[in-house]
Amino acid sequence: MKVPMSWLRRHLETEADAGAIAEALTRLGLEVEAIANPAERLAPFTIARVLSAERHPQADKLQLLAVDTGAGEAVQVVCGAPNARAGLVGVFAAPGTHVPGIDLTLKVTAIRGVESRGMMCSARELELGDDHSGIIELPEDAPVGAPYARWAGLDDPVFEVAVTPNRADCMGVFGIARDLAAAGLGRLVPPEVPALAAAFPCPVPIAIADDDGCPAFFARALRGVRNGPSPPWLADLLVKAGLRPVSALVDVTNYMSLGFGRPLHVYDIARLKGGLTARRARPGETLHALNGRTYALDASMCVIADDAAVHDIGGIMGGMDSGVSEETTDVLVEAAWFNPARIGATGRALGIASDARARFERGVDPAFVAPGLDLAVALMQALCGGEVSEAVHVGAPPALDRVIRFAPQTTARLSGLDVPAAEQRAILERLGFAVADGPGGDWQVAVPSWRRDAEGPADLVEEVVRLHGLDRVAATPLPRAPGVARPVATPAQLTERRVRRALAARGLDEAVTWSFIAEAEAERFGGAAHRLVNPLSAELAVMRPSLLPGLLAAAGRNMARGERSVRLFELGRRYLAEGERVTAGLLLAGEGRPRHWKTGKARLVDAFDAKAAALAALAAAGAPVERLATRQPGPAWYHPGRSAALLLGRTVLAEFGELHPALAGDLGAVAAAEIFLDAVPASRGRRGAYQPSPLMPVRRDFAFLVPETLPAEELLRAVAGADRALIADVELFDRFTGAGVPDGQVSLAVGVTLQPRARTLAEADLAALSAAVEAAAAKLGAVLRG
Amino acid sequence: MTETVDALRARHLADLAAAATPEAVEAVRVEALGRAGTVTALLRSLGGLDAEERRRVAPRVQALREELAAAIEAKTSALAAAALAARLAAERVDMSLPVVPEPQGSIHPIARVMDELAEIFADLGFAVAEGPEIEDDWHNFTALNIPPEHPARAMHDTFYLEGEPSGRVLRTHTSPVQIRTMTGGRPPIRIIAPGRVYRSDSDATHTPMFHQVEGLVIDRDIHLGHLKWTLETFLKAFFGVQEVVLRLRPSFFPFTEPSVEVDVGCSWEGGRLGIGGSASWLEILGAGMVHPKVLANCGLDPAEWQGFAFGCGIDRLAMLKYGMTDLRAFFDADLRWLRHHGFRALDVPTLSGGMAP
Repeated sequence: MKVPMSWLRRHLETEADAGAIAEALTRLGLEVEAIANPAERLAPFTIARVLSAERHPQADKLQLLAVDTGAGEAVQVVCGAPNARAGLVGVFAAPGTHVPGIDLTLKVTAIRGVESRGMMCSARELELGDDHSGIIELPEDAPVGAPYARWAGLDDPVFEVAVTPNRADCMGVFGIARDLAAAGLGRLVPPEVPALAAAFPCPVPIAIADDDGCPAFFARALRGVRNGPSPPWLADLLVKAGLRPVSALVDVTNYMSLGFGRPLHVYDIARLKGGLTARRARPGETLHALNGRTYALDASMCVIADDAAVHDIGGIMGGMDSGVSEETTDVLVEAAWFNPARIGATGRALGIASDARARFERGVDPAFVAPGLDLAVALMQALCGGEVSEAVHVGAPPALDRVIRFAPQTTARLSGLDVPAAEQRAILERLGFAVADGPGGDWQVAVPSWRRDAEGPADLVEEVVRLHGLDRVAATPLPRAPGVARPVATPAQLTERRVRRALAARGLDEAVTWSFIAEAEAERFGGAAHRLVNPLSAELAVMRPSLLPGLLAAAGRNMARGERSVRLFELGRRYLAEGERVTAGLLLAGEGRPRHWKTGKARLVDAFDAKAAALAALAAAGAPVERLATRQPGPAWYHPGRSAALLLGRTVLAEFGELHPALAGDLGAVAAAEIFLDAVPASRGRRGAYQPSPLMPVRRDFAFLVPETLPAEELLRAVAGADRALIADVELFDRFTGAGVPDGQVSLAVGVTLQPRARTLAEADLAALSAAVEAAAAKLGAVLRG
Repeated sequence: MTETVDALRARHLADLAAAATPEAVEAVRVEALGRAGTVTALLRSLGGLDAEERRRVAPRVQALREELAAAIEAKTSALAAAALAARLAAERVDMSLPVVPEPQGSIHPIARVMDELAEIFADLGFAVAEGPEIEDDWHNFTALNIPPEHPARAMHDTFYLEGEPSGRVLRTHTSPVQIRTMTGGRPPIRIIAPGRVYRSDSDATHTPMFHQVEGLVIDRDIHLGHLKWTLETFLKAFFGVQEVVLRLRPSFFPFTEPSVEVDVGCSWEGGRLGIGGSASWLEILGAGMVHPKVLANCGLDPAEWQGFAFGCGIDRLAMLKYGMTDLRAFFDADLRWLRHHGFRALDVPTLSGGMAP
């Protein structure tokens, strides 16, 4: 909210300067986000007199002005304004001045061959209005050479105050002044509500048919008004507060809204048919609102309507048809109290953020409905003349007769600040709370009508503390358990940390990508289970079922920037129908190994790069990787012949493979994996006793011919199982097809490490072992090569 | 005989000196010391001499044999050493050749900061709590004293989810984890809850997804002073400074009362942010005493239990500490950015090592 200092001073007698007021406001919780002072922005602009004006020799529409800037010799200025003439007193900008309205810093220039040393300015060029029909004309006696802004009374700091949603009372300048006065920054000057002399009964019948939406509808009529422009004091205040003056009647309603947080509406009686009723809108009804847009209304919304049509979305925005104009002579002024919840719902449904909504939604002062109406009507009458009708009060605003039982020691208990009871009482009373002694030394604190946000003792503590000074709260150490801090990380958190560092140590870069992706992207990776109702864009519309689409898109962007190799991983959640699952996703694209003098040509990534990374991640997560089984193929988004799932028993711990070419697209080689961290069983973590064998290990090699379709993993497992006590390790060291290997078969060479424990192996032991290995392999159709 | 010994020595030593290969050395050995060698023959002939003659000559022949054997041995070693040196010389490789590059991975700054948070707060006795990102309306709003028509909901720019159960949202803050923690266990409670949060907002300083950390302490006598100390202690450790100055300002959050906005004193000397002092202020987080209604909503009696909560942007903390300027880049996975701003795998933040990388 923009609060001009001059407006504030109408309600606060104070010696404090702008800096002190801004500091106090922020200390009170009314954060000042900025202070703008037009006088500072316009400081270099001075008052100057045009001494002479002659036709420019090269241009019909330009004149050469001799300008007295008050600084000695006359200055030559080329000017295109039609009103520029000898004797005119205006506003001058010297070279070097930044002119805000055209965002230009002036230089000495030659215009059509004639030097120009400055500029006479229009109102628009100084951002003081829209007028650009000519240069500013000041009174004859304006002091030449003086700073223009100060002379014009523009030295008026405007505070940009961020009012939090609870402070309905500070949605008007008066409320802010009240808080400042309570904080000792000056004396509050309350408005004088006049006793109006009613000349006639209110000619428009008023009724409430929706007493939930509009519990109170007060009104007065004015007849015989002349609606024209507001006087300068009012127009100035509104401009400084960021509003455009419209006409005196409208400006008064805005003055009441911004000044007292009391929105009003004014209807042109000539445009009404019959009485006004606050009622629920009927399906199909619309309103052509004052902002020029037409809104479709429904029965959840409270409107003000006459016998023919809706004229106001109650408490939010009025209608164009019954608005006042310069021809208006008779008006009805409405002051109502609308249900804040209903206002919020209607405002959200219609997408209207008006000043009125902002105030009614927070809850306007129920005790200021009638006084606000009378204050406004009196001001309208003062500005526009006419006669005032009797007031009509239909319904009543819900009174706030709230009394809070409060023990003053609560303040110390919650804030740690020891504020003497007498000071607490004084603070509350300065804020308008009425404090009475209650049972057991507690207080009975009556809440003022404008503070509906104060609901309980904690709220009173906040009031006391913010007035006493929140900055006086002293840091108090949290109690600390003796000894070293205990470990607090959960097994799942430790797993995530280990996996993250394992993958980074393998040369992968950690990414964080959006949790939401495009529907079509999700479709290719299993389909989305969760869709946003209100996504920011179609690209961010559904919750990702996989981490790979985000990583794939990222890889694409990086490759498009000229990267030859991308290795990314992310730790995050997949959002599935059954819940959110913590997952490590990794994606490799481009070169798995660059070309190099030592290793030769570059090698593109393949499924085994992804498998290696997945196994490393699983090992870091504590999975028993030696017991995992490979099930081919993986899900549909992978290459059907080059992908698989890794299972522990029947649980899928990970999937990996080369991405399906239809998804990899231009990227070509893309390998990826997802590791389902929450599926990894808790590691037992116990190591067996250390029992090194004193005997030398023995190595034996076997070469088998096996059917091409036989997974090598099965052969290795069978060999390892031939003698579990003796066989310590099995490795596949060659795989060969071609000369000497029949079609449909493949030669697999397996190295077996035997670790004797009790005694050195004899020839007979080795022969028996070889026979066992051959027999185990034979069960899979593997034949020992001769 | 004497003349023969001298002549043999001269001849064999000359041959040995001339020998350039192990084969040539072996030939000298065979000729001199072999079974039919000259020195061998001479030794054998000693048997035919009379005793006195033998006493005179034998030592000289023995000496010759030993001398030649030693010389042959030395020559053999010398040749072997020369051969090795020649081989090694031939094996020379340009050691300036570059090695096969190994890719350097990196840890994302957000993960880094989360680890720092966990480490610092663990020392203060805080556990790390987690909760779902797809939340129900009750946990995200209602339980936090934000009823359906409350204007504060408008502060949140909520993403809603389609389908059943209705009213599901992407959590707009990490505060629902407070609710889950308080409904799921009894005080005393000390937790932080870092994680992803979502708001339908997007510009240079707002992204629709970002990260927050929530802090919650519930006990019998926790007050604003404890909050201030906790935040000071955390910020000192996090930014690695001796002193910080905090400014608490009254503010409003529906789930705390009193509510405070916390600014940290800083300086901008030479355009660089320095934490400390009070030359300038940086708005860093929101906090307050947990609202009695929130405690009651979680089944805790506000007359018995009280405490504070705070919420802070993790991405913002990372930007302030590590100097990134554009929030959107955090989620773009640009390798140039990740390599520049990321952290090495083994740079693990620890209390003993400090929180600076």
